[in-house]
Amino acid sequence: MTRFSAFSLFAKALSGHQDWPEQWPDAAPKPAYDAIIVGGGGHGLGAAYYLAKKYGITNVAVLEKGWIGGGNTGRNTTIIRSNYLYDESAHLYDHAVKLWDGLSQELNYNIMYSKRGVMMLAHNVHDVQSLQRHINANRLNGVDNEWLTPEQAKAYCPPLNIAPDARHPVLGAALQRRGGTARHDSVAWGYARAAAALGVDIIQNCAVTGIRRGADGAVEGVETTRGYIASKRVGVSAAGNSSVVMQMAGLDFPLESYPLQALVSEPIKPTFPCVVMSNTVHAYMSQSDKGELVIGAGTDQYVSYSQRGALQIVEHTLAAICEIFPIYRRMRMLRTWGGIVDVTPDRSPILGKTPVKGLYVNCGWGTGGFKATPGAGDLLAYTMAKDEPHKINAPFNLDRFRNGRLIDEAAAAAVAH
Amino acid sequence: MILIHCPYCDEKRPEIEFVNAGQAHISRPLDPSSQTDEEWEAYLFIRANPRGRHHERWRHTYGCGRFFNAVRDTVSDKFETTYKAGEPRR
Repeated sequence: MTRFSAFSLFAKALSGHQDWPEQWPDAAPKPAYDAIIVGGGGHGLGAAYYLAKKYGITNVAVLEKGWIGGGNTGRNTTIIRSNYLYDESAHLYDHAVKLWDGLSQELNYNIMYSKRGVMMLAHNVHDVQSLQRHINANRLNGVDNEWLTPEQAKAYCPPLNIAPDARHPVLGAALQRRGGTARHDSVAWGYARAAAALGVDIIQNCAVTGIRRGADGAVEGVETTRGYIASKRVGVSAAGNSSVVMQMAGLDFPLESYPLQALVSEPIKPTFPCVVMSNTVHAYMSQSDKGELVIGAGTDQYVSYSQRGALQIVEHTLAAICEIFPIYRRMRMLRTWGGIVDVTPDRSPILGKTPVKGLYVNCGWGTGGFKATPGAGDLLAYTMAKDEPHKINAPFNLDRFRNGRLIDEAAAAAVAH
Repeated sequence: MILIHCPYCDEKRPEIEFVNAGQAHISRPLDPSSQTDEEWEAYLFIRANPRGRHHERWRHTYGCGRFFNAVRDTVSDKFETTYKAGEPRR
């Protein structure tokens, strides 16, 4: 593997950047592995990397039905934050935020993590009270979050309309300065390259079609479109298709899959310095380094695997964006797309063991999985290596839907999440 | 936007007139106190979430206001049929 550096960049410039080698090999499946990860998104590739890096399990395959990072990893709005209400969630998401720091250096791959701040707007008295409660809860958990007056919010994000007679008046905002964005494709590529360098096989165009279990019920391997692959440890990190994969092992999961849409505008000069979210009117936006405004819309109301959503959902979001940021009213949108998000009843993920021995799961991230990518990968690797959950992901078990110990971020965050 | 046939109004109307009400044919336990934790979990939280043919409830909220059931393919989003509440599963 070529180590990326200013020197290697300069040296390749002399040859016109024509002889860069491939960043990792396109592996073909072997008959057996020590561990298999189903799903080659950021979470799955991250898990493979940490299995190899931290736990010395390098005979690992990542099976991806399409191309790596082509699912929700390449379809999200790249927002990173950890200002969640409940203790369990704050610990889980802040674990990821801590890993985002220094990830470019660790992977020797520029993931373009930008701590530009995530600002959540309050439009009414309920929002003010709810966000201030979040701020207090976050601070008790060591997560930075602070209250801004409308004037301070405007100073932090100049395009914001804080006129008192605005359609969605701004009464204040909560700002997490450590929040921000990262380049989502780079995250998948960086993990894939680093994992492959440690011996992990990244296998694309390899859909899992069945999970084979032995007489004792334990996992023996997976059937794929490229043949049977044996492994006594299988981690499923398949986002919107998680419940379909789990049913292959005979498990019914508390998940429903919905389309979630995002869109980008034509590229413009830098005008938007941070991430702004409005949960009440359901709109959130940032500006990419290419100059496009990156806008997140809501989920459709019905279960679907279509990877596209309805136009009225996008219209609703754009109407709110035009009211909150009037300077963008004449912008044209370039592209819209949808990803399929797997949503749990309490809007918190399921990350841990399953009733099937040797089968582990990382799913249910719903509309907010990208921010957790390094943390989810790290914790899935820990759980698979030790056959027990880390104390951070222990509360996010499957049993909580039976014993009632829900982590009810659904009530705390309501929508954008 | 998808068009949905309301079996009560007998008309195809745009989706924004309707509200999806989740998976169809889930009935509340008749004797709640005899239910085990597993049965409660299945009733409250476990959903079919199929990739393909799906039974679901819709409400024609901004029309007749009534609930009905539908069969829809979750990959193409195409409706196979809609039928009145109380009619047998199709």
